[in-house]
Amino acid sequence: MWEDRVGTKSETVRNVVERGAVRKFAQAIGDLNPLYLDPETAARSRWGRLIAPPTFPRVFDFGTIPGLPLPPAGIIHGEQSYTYTRPLHVGEEVDCYTIFQESYSRKGSGGTLNFLVFERVGEDTAGERIFTSRDVLILTETVAAGVES
Amino acid sequence: MNAAGSPWQVGDRLEELRLPAVDRMSLVRYAGASGDFNPIHVVDEQARRTGLPGIIQHGMLTMAQMARPLSPYLANGYIEHFRTRFSGMLFLGDQLSIVGQVTVVEEVGDGARIAFDLQATTSEGRSIAKATLRFRWLNP
Repeated sequence: MWEDRVGTKSETVRNVVERGAVRKFAQAIGDLNPLYLDPETAARSRWGRLIAPPTFPRVFDFGTIPGLPLPPAGIIHGEQSYTYTRPLHVGEEVDCYTIFQESYSRKGSGGTLNFLVFERVGEDTAGERIFTSRDVLILTETVAAGVES
Repeated sequence: MNAAGSPWQVGDRLEELRLPAVDRMSLVRYAGASGDFNPIHVVDEQARRTGLPGIIQHGMLTMAQMARPLSPYLANGYIEHFRTRFSGMLFLGDQLSIVGQVTVVEEVGDGARIAFDLQATTSEGRSIAKATLRFRWLNP
């Protein structure tokens, strides 16, 4: 059902690392690091400006893989990774897109589990990569059947 | 400090981070801040409909909490790689604690790369997530 979409790329969406969004995010994760929140402390740091928490890209729009059937509910988040070349800067623009990287299934005791792997990329406006994320989503047999019907 | 300027050596443990019991407001706050309004994290009825006893914490909130012990070091470097595997569900009232150990210290020209294993476990000993994290330490 998904195999023929592997390798498909989404459109690119330009996101902004908004200062207010970073503050709200830092408060929600309970990490009140002055490098996220206080412009004066951040300006004196080696980064010279405010930065964002490592999992902040969760808020970005990474586009949509065209024609990929996904269930409305019941997706399990199995694994998540982020790889960075530098911290994200507050105020910067980030071009984001998704590649549907892999699809495979495994037989488990409770039936077949379907794994969908997405690579999500954030680049600066010059096209230099800032981070890559990899999401592994798991669909149980029941949930996958809901997509097919 | 060792020769690389890293504040850590292999085998060092991060100070344990004990989080307050999961409450509804903190999940609503994370839903708003992240934009993840999947109802299984905020609406009991929807969570029960999918077979859960109640709402569960976002895996991505757990992941964010797992990085917190490294936050004080962000003035001296950044998180280069961070991979989390989610193994259990966290319910209202559960108390999470985050522990971590240094597994590798590698000297590089301008600093070091320090690898950590991190574990997120409830006070009852249930494993919620395991992570590997590589911190890129930059000499001042």
